[in-house]
Amino acid sequence: MSESQSQQSRDDRVHAEHLAHHFATPTQQRESGKLGMWLFLATEVLLFGGLFCAYAVFRANHPEIFVYAHRYLDKTLGGVNTIILICSSLTMAWGVHAAQRGQQRRLVAMLALTLVFACGFLGIKYVEYEHKWKHGLLWGKRFQPTGLHEQSPDQSAEVHSLAAEPADARPSVAMSEGRSAIPPPAPGPAGLADADEQTEYPPGRPPNVHIFFGVYFLMTGLHGLHVIGGMIAIAWILVLSTRGRFSGAYFTPVDLVGLYWHLVDMIWIYLFPLLYLIH
Amino acid sequence: MNQTGSKLGVESVAHAGQPAGVHVVPLKVLVAVWAVLLVLTCLTVAATWIDLGGGNLWLAMVIATIKATLVALYFMHLRYDQPFYAVILLTALLFILLFVGLVLVDTGHYQHQLITWTEPAG
Repeated sequence: MSESQSQQSRDDRVHAEHLAHHFATPTQQRESGKLGMWLFLATEVLLFGGLFCAYAVFRANHPEIFVYAHRYLDKTLGGVNTIILICSSLTMAWGVHAAQRGQQRRLVAMLALTLVFACGFLGIKYVEYEHKWKHGLLWGKRFQPTGLHEQSPDQSAEVHSLAAEPADARPSVAMSEGRSAIPPPAPGPAGLADADEQTEYPPGRPPNVHIFFGVYFLMTGLHGLHVIGGMIAIAWILVLSTRGRFSGAYFTPVDLVGLYWHLVDMIWIYLFPLLYLIH
Repeated sequence: MNQTGSKLGVESVAHAGQPAGVHVVPLKVLVAVWAVLLVLTCLTVAATWIDLGGGNLWLAMVIATIKATLVALYFMHLRYDQPFYAVILLTALLFILLFVGLVLVDTGHYQHQLITWTEPAG
């Protein structure tokens, strides 16, 4: 064997304390962990992909809803959130770097910083959600906007109970006023609202704006849940790293949590322009 | 310490408790990628002030894809790893494209049935 090869197998044996019995070498163990995480990330891509597909269909069929409703979103807050997540990706990758180099204190600091950024992201999300809740900008039947600048002055205290079918009904058929051969649905306990043909919309607002908010809350809500899950994982390895668990010989959990966190960032990189930057 | 191969970032000899054969992304690269991501984010926002009609969406998606590629290649280490991980990611993305593409083709066939809404004048 050449010198570097024998050196490598010596090092592999030296670090065998981290080697589980069913793996031949630490390299194989490390790569197996990565493979598992990448397979999981592929399923996450597919999960969000389904939601992006719903977005694509609704936007392709009813662009006016998106053009109108996205103005309720604050671009600045969304942009700040994007920057926060990008910074958290840097600190996470830096943490992996520190773990690989055996720099424990820096690893702890980077993981803690990542958590701080993640909290900032959730804080801004909370502000956004609270604003929407307060103004009735919610999904489905709960879309009852109040107190917003786009009301015309002669409509005081606007509480429109929008004759909204549930978000999964096809809007183009249900609002038809007899143009469709499909008979109107019977009102049910779970809530098809009575179709109110006389509902007057404020001028300039297209029907079915609640669809945008259904899509918005589902996508950002699921993403937010993933952020929370990531924070739990990061907190866990933060605790382990304060106990000196990670080193250049064994940093796999940091690496894998990092991969997950970067995926969460990637998803937001797509969510931000699609939801906030509609022209 | 033997520095052979370390200019590629691959530590061929273990030191400081680090196993041989582990690639460490240099810090300079991480910070550079971060800076580029921030610039691209600002570009994405700035692009909304230019009216390209339908092109705005495509431009935003192109920039987002560049950002995602940078994150995948450098932060997620795909540039330095064995290609199979990239194959897994690309396969998932390919199926998403297939899924969304076919669904959009299907929904396109119903466009003429849509009751369109036009902004009222005034």
